[in-house]
Amino acid sequence: MTQLSEGKRQERRLGWLLCAPAAIVMVAVTAYPILYSVWLSLQRFDLKFPDEREFVGLENYVTVLSNGYWWTAFGVTMLITVVTVVIELVLGMGLALIMHRTLVGRGIVRTAALIPYGIVTVVAAFSWRYAWTPDTGYLANLLTPDGAPLTERAGSLAIIIVAEIWKTTPFMALLLMAGLALVPEELLRAASMDGATWWQRFTNVMLPVMKPAILVALLFRTLDAFRVFDNIYVLTAGANETSSVSMIAYNNLLRGLNLGIGSTMSVLIFLAVAVIAFIFVKLFGTAAPGASDDGRR
Amino acid sequence: MGEPLKRRWRRLAAAALVTVPLAACGGQDDGGTPTINFYNPPVENMQTVIDTCNAAANGRYEIVYRVLPRGADDQRVQMVRRLAAEDDSMDVLGLDVTWTQEFAGANWIREWTGADAAEVRDGTLPGPLESATYEDKLYAAPNNTNVQLLWYRTDLVPNPPRTWDEMITQAQQLRSQGRPYQVITMGAQYEGLVVLYNTLVASAGGNILSADGRTAVLDDGAVRALDLLKRFATAGVTSPSFTNALEDPARLEFQGGNGAFQLNWPYVYPAMQAAAPDLARNVRWARYPGVDANTPSRVTIGGTNLAVSAYTRYPVESFEAARCLRNAENQKYAAINDGVPPTIESVYDAPEMAEAYPMKDVILEELQDASVRPLSPAYQNISTVMSATLSPPGDIDPDETAELLRKQIQDALESKGVLP
Repeated sequence: MTQLSEGKRQERRLGWLLCAPAAIVMVAVTAYPILYSVWLSLQRFDLKFPDEREFVGLENYVTVLSNGYWWTAFGVTMLITVVTVVIELVLGMGLALIMHRTLVGRGIVRTAALIPYGIVTVVAAFSWRYAWTPDTGYLANLLTPDGAPLTERAGSLAIIIVAEIWKTTPFMALLLMAGLALVPEELLRAASMDGATWWQRFTNVMLPVMKPAILVALLFRTLDAFRVFDNIYVLTAGANETSSVSMIAYNNLLRGLNLGIGSTMSVLIFLAVAVIAFIFVKLFGTAAPGASDDGRR
Repeated sequence: MGEPLKRRWRRLAAAALVTVPLAACGGQDDGGTPTINFYNPPVENMQTVIDTCNAAANGRYEIVYRVLPRGADDQRVQMVRRLAAEDDSMDVLGLDVTWTQEFAGANWIREWTGADAAEVRDGTLPGPLESATYEDKLYAAPNNTNVQLLWYRTDLVPNPPRTWDEMITQAQQLRSQGRPYQVITMGAQYEGLVVLYNTLVASAGGNILSADGRTAVLDDGAVRALDLLKRFATAGVTSPSFTNALEDPARLEFQGGNGAFQLNWPYVYPAMQAAAPDLARNVRWARYPGVDANTPSRVTIGGTNLAVSAYTRYPVESFEAARCLRNAENQKYAAINDGVPPTIESVYDAPEMAEAYPMKDVILEELQDASVRPLSPAYQNISTVMSATLSPPGDIDPDETAELLRKQIQDALESKGVLP
């Protein structure tokens, strides 16, 4: 190992060269914008007042973190994240079991189950919006005779959550189905020989084997749900206190043109996502399916 | 020899990676007639006006109509994004009156000077002109304007009320007689509510911002307006959907027959004649009610202004094109065919106007001492916090709400405002 041969060294250099474009692209499209938004978040920088740009340290963080709108949005985001992920896990598991066990028309069943995930979110969100709008929609008067659920907070949040669940349950199911495929058939047969009921087989055999797949599915969905934007943008545009953190960051950056405050929010979202990923990876030991058995890396 | 060659190759590859996509969006400048890209919201007969101007330009430039999205927010976001990126393919911009200060403050539009400015100032109504001014400089040419009127039913109301208090009393009397009584207007949490409040503040002689636009004042007049708005919302004379009503739902509700009064833009009149002709026969218009009996109302104007982008490659032609697009002849055409009230006072005297605008005298009267919304580059933020704080109007506590507004608006002016 001390003295690499000329060929080995050439090979290693070639390796670096081949990686370089990817590494450069990653730095250009990921690291640079993140660092730039951190830099922006430390300034008073409002496109509307270009002459008053100045370095303000952590003032923007104080402004955002002491603001009621931000915490309302944070609460809405957490609510949507927790509720959708839990319901999607349950529904997705059911769907995965059905898709896994289907004997007749397996392809059709799987395709049908995946349709919602294949539809562009914005398009689906528009159809939800029309469906819940009085006069144009078939769902608006479902619960109350002359209700307009999208004009009030609870109704809007419920509709956003339903739209999210409808859209991403198939994705959850897909990941869980990959996990189900990991469960050895012999293990299940052995368990039933030992007299285990279906529920015991599910909880004691299938779930432990599927754990890595479940954790990955939960991690992906939690991160995804935390960044919820398009459904809210189309359904309510954040009216009636239904903004998520992404929505409020968009409003401050692109509508308010306040690069300082907007970037501060983006950085905070980035940190929150990093914390979620950290919790999943370090505490729950999430790893990609098929990675090392001990999970923790 | 090998090393530098490799490095050069790498640099070339990197350069290609960057320039190829850029070249694809380069200008289509062929050195011939300058193309003036006119970005404006969709307007039905705009192309005819543009054709007229192109004919008049006689080959010096050619205006091309670039239609913006229908929603005001989408229009603004598209223009803002491209101007922030110093896009030089935008020349003349059709701006909502409330965006002019913002674009001027951000140095995205050019000041109108010399003969161009003189032509715009000549004969233009003061309110629209004020909306196009930022820090005492002219930054746009008012293209069209608009004011709300009081619509009332002659079968219920013999004499139109002159003040809000009179209107509320009349509505309450009608209600006690079991007849249609509602005062229908826009009270949802959006710009319409800000317009309503701004009109009340101006009519009460109050101010939201200081004259230089740098401080939130919310003086006594502004507090009186809050008090009136609350009284109106809680007097039992509004429609049940008042706190949720936008322009068009309000119009439809009035057409439904429950309203005795409607405060709305002039477009409701032709719409009503087409959709509810029986009702329309009994509907008349009057000046928007005031706050005091002896002081006429000062109504908030809407409308659009034409500005020239700071990044245009053809400033001279752009100013000329904008002047043509909004000249008296073209404003008259737009007023008659698209229903948008002119900003040049003399156009109202044209005989054809009487047919298109039976209410033109009242419109002109209101326009002559109209009010504008707070003139500040931060208007978008101010409007957002105002609509959030004023909604629902029934929950207003005049002094407390004024204090809250003062703080939030001041924060918006200092770029500390957080938009919900």
